[in-house]
Parts: sequence; structure tokens; C-alpha cells
Amino acid sequence: MSETPLTRNIAPGKPPTDLAAYDANGGYQAVRDTIGKVDPDGVLDIIKDSNLRGRGGAGYPTGMKWSFVPKPRPDEGHRYLVANADEMEPGTFKDRLLMEFDPHQLIEGMILSSYTISADRGYIFIRDEYHTAIKRLNDAIKEAENKNYLGDRILGTDFSFHLHVHVSAGRYICGEETALLNSLEGKRANPRAKPPFPQVSGLWGRPTIVNNVETLCNIPHIVTHGADWYQSLGSGNDAGTKLYGASGRVKKPGCWELPIGTSIREILENHAGGMLDGYELKGLLPGGASTDFLVAEHLDLPMDYESIMQAGSRMGTGTMIILDDKTCPVGMIANLMKFFARESCGFCTPCREGLPWVKQILDGIEAGTGRLGDMDILERQSQFIGAISNTHCAHAPGAIEPLSSGLKYFHEDFIAHIENKTCPYTGGAT
Amino acid sequence: MNSVRNNLASTLTDQEVSEIEAEISHLPDRRSAAIDALKIVQKHRGWISDGSLSAIARLLGMSDEELDGIATFYTLIYRKPVGEKVILCCDSVSCWIMGGDKITNKIKSHLNVELGETTEDSKYTLLPVTCLGDCDHAPAMMVGDELHHDLTESNIEEILK
Repeated sequence: MSETPLTRNIAPGKPPTDLAAYDANGGYQAVRDTIGKVDPDGVLDIIKDSNLRGRGGAGYPTGMKWSFVPKPRPDEGHRYLVANADEMEPGTFKDRLLMEFDPHQLIEGMILSSYTISADRGYIFIRDEYHTAIKRLNDAIKEAENKNYLGDRILGTDFSFHLHVHVSAGRYICGEETALLNSLEGKRANPRAKPPFPQVSGLWGRPTIVNNVETLCNIPHIVTHGADWYQSLGSGNDAGTKLYGASGRVKKPGCWELPIGTSIREILENHAGGMLDGYELKGLLPGGASTDFLVAEHLDLPMDYESIMQAGSRMGTGTMIILDDKTCPVGMIANLMKFFARESCGFCTPCREGLPWVKQILDGIEAGTGRLGDMDILERQSQFIGAISNTHCAHAPGAIEPLSSGLKYFHEDFIAHIENKTCPYTGGAT
Repeated sequence: MNSVRNNLASTLTDQEVSEIEAEISHLPDRRSAAIDALKIVQKHRGWISDGSLSAIARLLGMSDEELDGIATFYTLIYRKPVGEKVILCCDSVSCWIMGGDKITNKIKSHLNVELGETTEDSKYTLLPVTCLGDCDHAPAMMVGDELHHDLTESNIEEILK
């Protein structure tokens, strides 16, 4: 049995972890051993050496991201740490688990992270629909404040950190780092131009780090056990464990903490129990809606950042969406494009105009009114909305990934719809 | 112009003001509380009328138009009246694969509403929502603050009775 630091306090049927239970299992030991005792640069070195990469989808090295925060100057004003808990990537259900069942782990990760970057204010930016997680996080923050793990002069040191839960009001685009910052400032969630990067000029123009929930939950364990231990948890090029998931027509859909680099086949067959009887695998999105399709030939790839990228996709959030052979790939891509068109913030033309156009064409093909010329438009738009769009943020390029890869892997399905003027699939979703 | 405006309750209650001021207290400026303030007033009144919007804008030192630009950006700020409970029905990809369209259609016919509409008895408003992060139990929906999952056409009536 491999180590599962992130979910060690989480098990089916086990109640959510309160402060007593968290403490009893070594909780806040890393805070007690680190705050005021280890130099922040020393902590940064451990995180850099650990090779932890962002778990929100982009996979950027966390230590590197933190190292761009300028050194604090006396009396310069607030510096911020934000946990991105706006989990809205379709097919993704991992951060909810961490927040609902072990909220103190996130809080401890945020205390250690803010100490490292000298932040004195923190926000957990969470979507409104996560009512249970919001309540448990607020309860846990109160418990931590009572123990002086949070607040002024933590544990008698010079370090202060105040943490606040900000409950959002909807819109997928809020998960984009700079859109999230605008939303936290009470504005429309349009992404910002970069540079300046948030590390230098983020929330209210102050140095700010935004990290995904799962990323932050790794920090206490790395600080406690060290970079070498963390590196040893991964089974390939990457370090640590990863919350992987599978949804769709599999026998046991779910979310599991496994060594990063576990193969797609092992996740799908051993943990998700394989396809439901009567269904076969047709394709999969490896890490949420904005990743390229993979197909059966990719099953033995390790789920790590480089391997999945070399196969033309991205590991993304690590939660796979499974397409079976009785569900229409054109209908699935049309559903995805409807989502992305609706969630565009409307700022950049390729995204605002291109995505609804693509969606309309896909709806036509699915309904049997498509023409062969539509395929050329879809191919061209994949370029205009994707690689060469120069949009402000990654929404449009991400949106187009399942379309451009779908056109490649499911070309015959598109043509069959157009030539037969109907959708050949009847046993799936529609 | 005033005649078409809903000026009902165009002043905020002491309770609403004190909740909004509590949010402002940990922010560097008043307007940063815009979304919090809209949510606080909506919690008390169910939705944000033009009158409520104006009152919040005055409290935060913003124009009505600027605040409306924010209010209309966010899907969970309601600028029209909604029912006692809002049904947020997931229409994202994992739910779609697991038959989410059938569930939505069942809700529509059971309540006799289309997406975006409120039932005649003002009990429910039906809205689509982005992935609820419960994909291993798809299809899923929220009814008010409660999450319901593993939905089938037959358990919908029980949930919405």
C-alpha cells in the first residue's frame, strides 16, 4: 500500500476531521516546528527541491512560482495568499473532498505557504455551491484562531496571518487566476493582462500568490518529511501523490489518491473497476473539460505532466471523463462547447464570437443538418480560437482542445452524422 | 424612468448594512465589497431589485450602472424574482454522459417550467449550472442549499414533491 498523505484523515464513513482529530494525527506539527524557527527561504528551498507542481491544471512548479514574490520591505502593506477553491472544471471533484473532510490540512498548508512568501492576509476563494465545505472551513478557521495558529503574532512569533473565506457568485472564469483576483476585488471577473504577474502586482496591486487547494494541501507534508521523501512518492518523473478521478460509464466512478504517474489503465481498470458491462471505451478527457481527448492506444501512459503532454493532451486536474462507445462523441463535444461559450467572459473576440459559432455548427451536425463544409469551418476555427488566437487568458485555447482532438480521433463519426443526416447513437445520453 | 423602476425596499435594513459593513472592514476599500453586498441583500430579499441595487450602490459609493455591470456578470446574483428554492441542474459533460438531459426534461415536465422559469406557485426556479463537482454520482443537482445526486427519472418526483 503506497502512502497517501493528502487523504490520510479521509475514509469512507469517517466523519470530517475537526481540530482534535487533526491534531491527534500530527496536525499543525509542521506549523509549530517551522513558524519562527525555520527561515522562510529555507522553507522555499524545500518546496523548490520537492518538485511540487500546481495541481489546478497548469502544472507550474510551485516553488518557482513563489520565488517570484519580491522580498518584503518594512511597512510596505499587505501581501496575499489565495487558495483557488473555485472548483468548476467539468468532470473535476477532488478539492471538494479535501475541503469537506480535512479542512485543517488546507489551513495548515496556507499558514506555511504565507509564512514562506511573507503574506499576512489570506483568502479561500470558493464557489457558492460548496455549502458543506464553506461551513466546515469557517468552523475550522475559528478553531485554528482559538489556538493562535491563525491571527496576530502566531504562537508568540512576529508572524501574523489572517484567513477569510470568500464565497463566490458563480462563473467558471473565476477559476482563472487573474479573473479570480478581479472577482475578489468585487469586480467583473475578466482576466487581466500579464505582465504584471500577480506575484508582483496581484490583489489590490500587492504581491499575491494564487494556488490550487490540492497544491496547498501538499505543503505541510513536504515541510514535515522533506523534499526527498516527497520525490520518492511519485512513480515517474513527477513528485508526490495526485488525486485522480474517473466519471462516466465506469463500474466504480470515484476519486483516489495515487502515486503521481500511475498509468491511465491502472486508474481506469483497477480503481474505477473498468467500463460498465455492455460498454467499451471510446475515448477520455484526462483532466477535465479543457484537455484533449486521448484514446485506447494511450491507456498505458503514466498520468504525469510530461507523458500526457507528449501524447498531445494535458493532465489538467487529473480527473478523467470517460467517453463510452454508446455515447455520441459529437454530442459530447457539442455539450462541452455549449459550456465554454456560455462561460466566456466576452472580452476577447475569438472566444466571445468563435465559441458560439462552433457550438451552433456542432448542434447542426448532431441534429442531422450538417454539411461537409462544416468540417473545414471547425478545423479553421480550432486554429483561430486555439493556437493563434492570442486571447487574454487560456479559456479559448483550453475550450478548443477537446474539439480539435475530437475532430482527429472521431472524424468518421462526424462524417457519418453529415452523410446520414442523423445521429447514429441511440443508447447513450440522448 | 422612476415609473418603471421597482422602488420597493430601496433602503437597506440595519441588519443588511451591518453585515455589509462587516465585510468592508477587512477590505481596503468599500467597492471591493460589491459582490458580498449583493449576496447579503439577496440572502434577505431573495433577489436584487433595481431599488435594492441603487441602495447598495449608494452605500458602496458606486454608480448604479457600475454595480449592475457586476451584478449581471455573476450567475448566482438574481436580478429577477426567483422561487422559494432555486434548482441548479448540472448540464456539464459528466452529467450529460450519465443522462442529465433526461433528468432536466423530467424536471421541466414535472414542474411545468422551462429553464430560467419559476413555477406558478413560486416554489421553484429552474436554472442550469456548471459542473457541481459531484461527477462520480452524476447526474447531480442542487435544490436550494441541498445537493442531490445519482438522479433518475423516478427519484426526481420524490425530491421535488
